[in-house]
Amino acid sequence: MNKILLIIQREYLSRVKNKAFILTTLLTPLLFVVMIAGATYFSIQGKTAHKIAVIDENGFFKNNLKNSNDLIFEFPEGVDTTNYITKGYSDILLIPKFNGTEKTTYILRSKKSIGLIAQEKIEERINTAIEDKNLQDNGITKTMLDSIHSQSQFAKLKTEQQAGASVKESNEGLAYGIGYGCGILIYITMLVYGMMVLRGVMEEKTNRIAEVIVSSVRPFQLMAGKIIGIGAVGITQFLLWVVLIFTLLSVAQTFIPHETLEQVKTLQQNGGVMPGASAMQASDAAQNLYNVKHTLGTANWGLIISCFIFYFIGGYLFYAALFAAVGSVVEDLQTSQSLTLPITMPIIFSFFIMTSVIQSPDSSLAVWAGIVPFSSPIVMMARIAFGVPSTVPYWQLGVSIIVLILGFLFTTWLAGKIYRTGILMYGKKITWKEMMKWAFTKTA
Amino acid sequence: MNTILELHNLKKYYATQKAVDDISFSINKGSIFGLLGPNGAGKTTLLRMITGIFFSDNGEIIFDGKKFDPLNDISKIGYMPEERGLYKKMKIGEQAMYLAQLKGLSKTEAAEKIKFWFQRLEMQSWWNKKVEDLSKGMSQKLQFVTTVLHEPKLIILDEPFSGLDPINANLIKDEIYGLAQRGSTIIFSTHRMEQVEEICDHIVLVNLGKKILDGSVHDVKQQFKENKFGIKLYEVPATLNSSTFEVIEQKANALTVKINNGYKSNDVLQYLIQQNLTIESFNEILPSLNDIFIQLVEGTKATTRAFQKI
Repeated sequence: MNKILLIIQREYLSRVKNKAFILTTLLTPLLFVVMIAGATYFSIQGKTAHKIAVIDENGFFKNNLKNSNDLIFEFPEGVDTTNYITKGYSDILLIPKFNGTEKTTYILRSKKSIGLIAQEKIEERINTAIEDKNLQDNGITKTMLDSIHSQSQFAKLKTEQQAGASVKESNEGLAYGIGYGCGILIYITMLVYGMMVLRGVMEEKTNRIAEVIVSSVRPFQLMAGKIIGIGAVGITQFLLWVVLIFTLLSVAQTFIPHETLEQVKTLQQNGGVMPGASAMQASDAAQNLYNVKHTLGTANWGLIISCFIFYFIGGYLFYAALFAAVGSVVEDLQTSQSLTLPITMPIIFSFFIMTSVIQSPDSSLAVWAGIVPFSSPIVMMARIAFGVPSTVPYWQLGVSIIVLILGFLFTTWLAGKIYRTGILMYGKKITWKEMMKWAFTKTA
Repeated sequence: MNTILELHNLKKYYATQKAVDDISFSINKGSIFGLLGPNGAGKTTLLRMITGIFFSDNGEIIFDGKKFDPLNDISKIGYMPEERGLYKKMKIGEQAMYLAQLKGLSKTEAAEKIKFWFQRLEMQSWWNKKVEDLSKGMSQKLQFVTTVLHEPKLIILDEPFSGLDPINANLIKDEIYGLAQRGSTIIFSTHRMEQVEEICDHIVLVNLGKKILDGSVHDVKQQFKENKFGIKLYEVPATLNSSTFEVIEQKANALTVKINNGYKSNDVLQYLIQQNLTIESFNEILPSLNDIFIQLVEGTKATTRAFQKI
């Protein structure tokens, strides 16, 4: 036992002290922030305004096509398909004469591809305009129409969840976000740290240190020590990220004006409404901040975090053992690729299952993929975000946890058998079939 | 109790071959024991069973008077395998500390012993160097130190001199003698016969998984002697005709003769004296271990087993 601790210690310290570890740990959250900021920036900047010349044979659309920042409709004279570019338009829209109630095709010709979203928007604007025209044709005045439009989109859906007698506010968007986020994190850690285990085992084998070590400790101790040590590195890195992110957030919070924070506090105390009629109106920023805080508050964080830790560790142990087995039979990364494929495939596949499960966390695919240990770490985390026991009954969670524990005990046992034969064998190409033979026959 | 290790009918079969096929021998305490054999003879498998890395399919190992218990006895054995390496990125001092602690030494004990050995082998300045900066010979020295520093009762050295220059090889050789004198038993595995002849008290030769020779170096040589003698005469006559011997080879005034069955060396001397020939020297030619080795192994399919199949 003492020897396992020594091995864990070495595996852990030799990685944590490494400059590369310190750099990736510090830079990843920054990179993350930069990526999000970048994506946001480009999604705003990327929208080039389309100046569209409309040739309308009906003469109706002139005042009824809604303009916006990114879509500007103009109705110039003397512009046609041959000269719209030289006249300074990016696109030209040709609206034919209405033909009763039949579906009519409109043609939009552009300099550059206009993009799916812009295309949908234009279609929607035209349809709204036609709808308006039809309503007006049937005796509704323009004033009436405007007042109707201004009153639409008044309803806002607030979802609640029945849990016995009590009713809890639920938030599908948040659950989606948490589920997706946890799924991705576990997916990445299983692959990254799994490969780290593989490389570590392979290094010991190719360095020829393995035989020296196994003359002092059992091969299983060496393997288990490596898996646990690298797992501890993963947890350390993870905790450092959490600390870093919270530090960054609290630093960011100091940039928020004091009044806004005061207003948020008042909002929190009064359930989202400012007290005293309209005497004091909350600013938009305060309202937004309150909304974010309020939404985050609806999630069952205690459960989510404890489940995350369990599936994070369980999933890691389940796959790391398999990666260790492969590492013990290969001598270079190239040959390892064909052997790791059967391990990485289920991980990647679980990720795709997760993206579908997150749309319908109650489907039978979701239930089964949440129990099978190959996919449960990723899939179950995505489901748990939608609520326990409302979406995931307790029995399913229990079965999933037990199956995963049995699963990693099994893979560790299996890997141990393969490992102790493989680690001392050189110059031979091993297949999964042979590895299974070592695992399930008594010799070696 | 005079033996440190006894092997009784040890067997280890792989799917396609018998790596170790019914081998028994015992090793006396404090001796330097040579385990010889061509590549793929089963030496490494045998050593791995003695070090508890492999379990035998059959047979029994008695270590220091008791049945071998890998978990506990492992700390009383120091094994330097033929395929040996080090963690490249680790500092030499840390590496030695780590390996020593894995053998069950406490931190302070380990540090003390490492200091002692580093000083002894003039390695003090190495502590903070990285393994990747070491030459092959230097890492050999480090490996030797980490093998013996926990003062094991049984030290197993598989080709310990490969890659060492003559000076360092002598240094290690002296340490091996010293360790044996202080009571450690040494198993020395190699196919360099001149080293065995020089160092070992007792040898066992294995081939194709079986033991084919067992005895002290002296006895083995006696067993395989062919009654050959080297004679130097001041003047060699044109004909030497005696029923007692036959001349096999003649180089100037040096003769190699084989004594015929039923005669002794004295009969040859008597004949030479009667012929009034002046003898410059007369000595028995014992076969070298190398000759014996080749004689026993050649012709068997030894080399085809070089690649172990499992």
